[in-house]
Amino acid sequence: MTPLPRPGDPTITPALIAEHGLTIEEYQRVEQMLGRAPTFTELGVVSALWSEHCSYKHSRPLLRRLPTKAPYVLQGPGENAGVIAIGDGLAVAFKIESHNHPSAVEPYQGAATGVGGILRDVFTMGARPIALLNSLRFGSLDSPRVRYLFAGVVKGIGDYGNCVGVPTVGGEVAFDEAYEGNPLVNAMCVGVLHEKDLIRAVAQGVGNPIIAVGARTGRDGIHGASFASADLSEENEAKRPQVQVGDPFTEKLLLEASLELIHSGAIVAIQDMGAAGLTSSSAEMAARGDVGITIDVTKVPLRERGMTPYEILLSESQERMLVVARKGREREVAAILEKWDLTASVIGEVIAEPVYRVTEGDRVVAEFPGTKLITDCPTYTPDAREDPTITALRARDVGSIPERREEADPLWTLEQVITSPTIASKMWVYRQYDHTVRTNTVIGPGGDAAVVRIRDTRRALALKTDGNGRYCYLDARIGARIAVAEAARNVACTGARPLAITNNLNFGNPRRPEVYFQLREATAGMAEACEQLGTPVTGGNVSLYNESPASAVYPTPVIGMVGLIDDLDSITRSHFSTEGDTIVLLGTPTAELGGSEYLARVHHLVAGAPPNCDLKGERDLIEAVLASIEAGVVRSAHDSSDGGLAVALAECCIIDRGRPLGARIDLSSFAALPMRALLFGEAQARIIISTPDPTALREVATRHGVTSTTIGTVASADDPLEIRVGDRTLTASLPWLDRLYFETIPDIMTKSAAAVVTAATESPV
Amino acid sequence: MKFGIVTFPGSNCDYDTYHAVVDALGEEATYLWHKEHDLRGSDVVILPGGFSYGDYLRAGAIARFSPIMREVAAHAERGAPVLAICNGFQIACEAGMLPGALLRNASLRFVCEAVRLRVENADTQFTNRYDRGQLVTVPIAHGDGRYTADDETLARIEGEGRVVFRYVGGPGDADEWWSPNGSMNAIAGIVNAAGNVLGMMPHPERAVDDLLGSSDGMGIFESILSRVAA
Repeated sequence: MTPLPRPGDPTITPALIAEHGLTIEEYQRVEQMLGRAPTFTELGVVSALWSEHCSYKHSRPLLRRLPTKAPYVLQGPGENAGVIAIGDGLAVAFKIESHNHPSAVEPYQGAATGVGGILRDVFTMGARPIALLNSLRFGSLDSPRVRYLFAGVVKGIGDYGNCVGVPTVGGEVAFDEAYEGNPLVNAMCVGVLHEKDLIRAVAQGVGNPIIAVGARTGRDGIHGASFASADLSEENEAKRPQVQVGDPFTEKLLLEASLELIHSGAIVAIQDMGAAGLTSSSAEMAARGDVGITIDVTKVPLRERGMTPYEILLSESQERMLVVARKGREREVAAILEKWDLTASVIGEVIAEPVYRVTEGDRVVAEFPGTKLITDCPTYTPDAREDPTITALRARDVGSIPERREEADPLWTLEQVITSPTIASKMWVYRQYDHTVRTNTVIGPGGDAAVVRIRDTRRALALKTDGNGRYCYLDARIGARIAVAEAARNVACTGARPLAITNNLNFGNPRRPEVYFQLREATAGMAEACEQLGTPVTGGNVSLYNESPASAVYPTPVIGMVGLIDDLDSITRSHFSTEGDTIVLLGTPTAELGGSEYLARVHHLVAGAPPNCDLKGERDLIEAVLASIEAGVVRSAHDSSDGGLAVALAECCIIDRGRPLGARIDLSSFAALPMRALLFGEAQARIIISTPDPTALREVATRHGVTSTTIGTVASADDPLEIRVGDRTLTASLPWLDRLYFETIPDIMTKSAAAVVTAATESPV
Repeated sequence: MKFGIVTFPGSNCDYDTYHAVVDALGEEATYLWHKEHDLRGSDVVILPGGFSYGDYLRAGAIARFSPIMREVAAHAERGAPVLAICNGFQIACEAGMLPGALLRNASLRFVCEAVRLRVENADTQFTNRYDRGQLVTVPIAHGDGRYTADDETLARIEGEGRVVFRYVGGPGDADEWWSPNGSMNAIAGIVNAAGNVLGMMPHPERAVDDLLGSSDGMGIFESILSRVAA
């Protein structure tokens, strides 16, 4: 059946094609696929599905290089979420996704709906969400606009997760002018399921009904996927209607109802109507099942009258799901949804004819052959070339930059670094997230990685998000390696074996050769690290076109790592806990300063090569830490990275805020290194351990080929943190450190109470 | 003893409460669906935390009209124990089972952290396992927890010893009143005049396991058990 244009459809012109984000070549490809010109409705459908956001057309060839397999991977990339087995018939579903563009325009709703989307991706696999994490980037907090975005995003994330009742257990936040016009908001969700309940979003079974579930469809978010696939411009504000509005209460109902539906066996498949709404969910489920599908838009429950098929297909109204039920069991499905006061309407069915067809009553408004809508999307491998200014920045010898006069006092430098909002405690943020609901959070936000126990077992999961835009800017390949290695190290510090990752690639416009170069290098670096560390990629998200008129963001691949702790007794925390314990450094300090927080904060400089990342060394270090924890000789373990050794030691003393302990440290055996590199350099593959048995610990380290050095002793709560290097000593009192570390961000945000109030008055719905 | 835990559509601490009763206390628990009119023979009713009906209007404002609440009110009027936690406290106030109201936190922000409480009255059926003046650590997690009442009500509940828990500590003096949400008199929990309904913003069900940071909340469940069993 050939669809006919509807009365009132605009004529398809080159301008209209361009407005839909398609190139002339892509449009010709559509004509070829159809053997005719598309209708306006079809043009809309193609523009959504072939948007960067849905099609991955610039990244797919690169993503193919990532390792995706391990014996415990049950579901790799391509589904709503990745799934890994963790033993005893249990599995973990997890994924990260970005909501950068919506959050730049409307921080509260943009961030909230980002959380909503990632929750749906996880529970549609049959998993009960048990934890949320996030990774956030903002410009400098000196800017009132940035403080408004920051406050709004944090409140949006909090309000949504808090209401649904899934704890937000961890995350990371960094601030840099590179993100001024284009913040990054990545949200990760982790769920637990029985392997037997795993369900995939694959449409099957001719005659099976297709059911729309949940909220009604309105005009919000139309073309959100295309919006997310273009640079942000001055007209951003005009794009507010493309940002959806979240309703976490309905989400909670959907969550419970979906899990009941899945457990009932009355449904074949279920998928979130996320980006590109009904269009992408139906087309993707059909393509995965290699079946035909027909949908009648007049059956879709609407929120407003007069919506066209074009609008219904492309709406991104939130909290909606598409379900393929088993024929004959529709009433069971309806009963479950009724229990949760949710609406459900049969809007179509799976058909034998290999076609994707949309009707408006009897009239066909869109029809595509087979699954070509998904499979025929072009992919691109644009030119890649490094920006020569970055090559020059990286080559700069930052070690020769003269010290500032104030640096004669290392305490001054420590103050500068520790009060960087990127380094300082994010308690102001995570106090707004419910991180204890569901009563499984053993280690919440603020430590190396979050630890969430799995009820009725001795097991726990360690979860962490990590990224480093500055390193990636200077060297995308090394930066991406470090992101994976650091996430693995963080997870290992809690006693967990790193198992798998989900990733979120936040980059600029890939059509620019220097951006595509970064994307290519970062993907390569990530692949190398994942191979070496044995952590396959089970899925993720690509967010390109993160550019504002001012600049592109730093290339920021974000890693979401999942690790497994076999026995609750192995759970290890990052702070010193026992006076008299010996402090041992695993790994080796270096003279490296490139890309450090110290250079950025003290010298306002982003330059030099990021620290070396020796993946074999990282793997040995992880094995050494896990073996030491298993041997019972580790009282605390903390990764030393951003801000360097001095910051990491300070954190070991004060991050358990109610119970700080001092420490006496002697780094004289490294006195050959420049003081600033020793204290603030960010050499990788280092972990600070406190132990009652240093001999045994160092023996385990040696056995794993890891260098270890005894550097001090845990002191009492009345002692300061004292670091000696040769004849120089830095002495920092615990109350002083506490104030700098914990009060920096609250101080900045209280000064800007107006911004907070603005964000707070925007309530959900 | 049988604990009935009310599940409103947006409850999200019902599960935690269930596990506190069954796993930590070792007693029987059952979920009570909000659309039902049957308490299923529960000796104790718990109104758990969450966002009962989304709470976009005002926390608990809709929940008080749900079918199950008629039975809960009758249960309370019979003098049987009702433990109302967080959103449950908000609902109990809206339903008139407890005096006062819980307003948006003074900071206008949601606040989640472990706080210190002082047991102000150890003679209630919810606190008899504690000592008066005992300090306990229990998590809070709420956006609308600022206890507010008119002067007369406040004077009455203070005078009658019905303020059961108060927030103390904070960064400074361990015994000083200190409210994380701006509550009047740093009030964290109160009982009704008959003493059989306890409303509190902190979550005792999140403090029943040392692995998660505190088991100080067990005292409440154990107190209920010893009182009703006696």
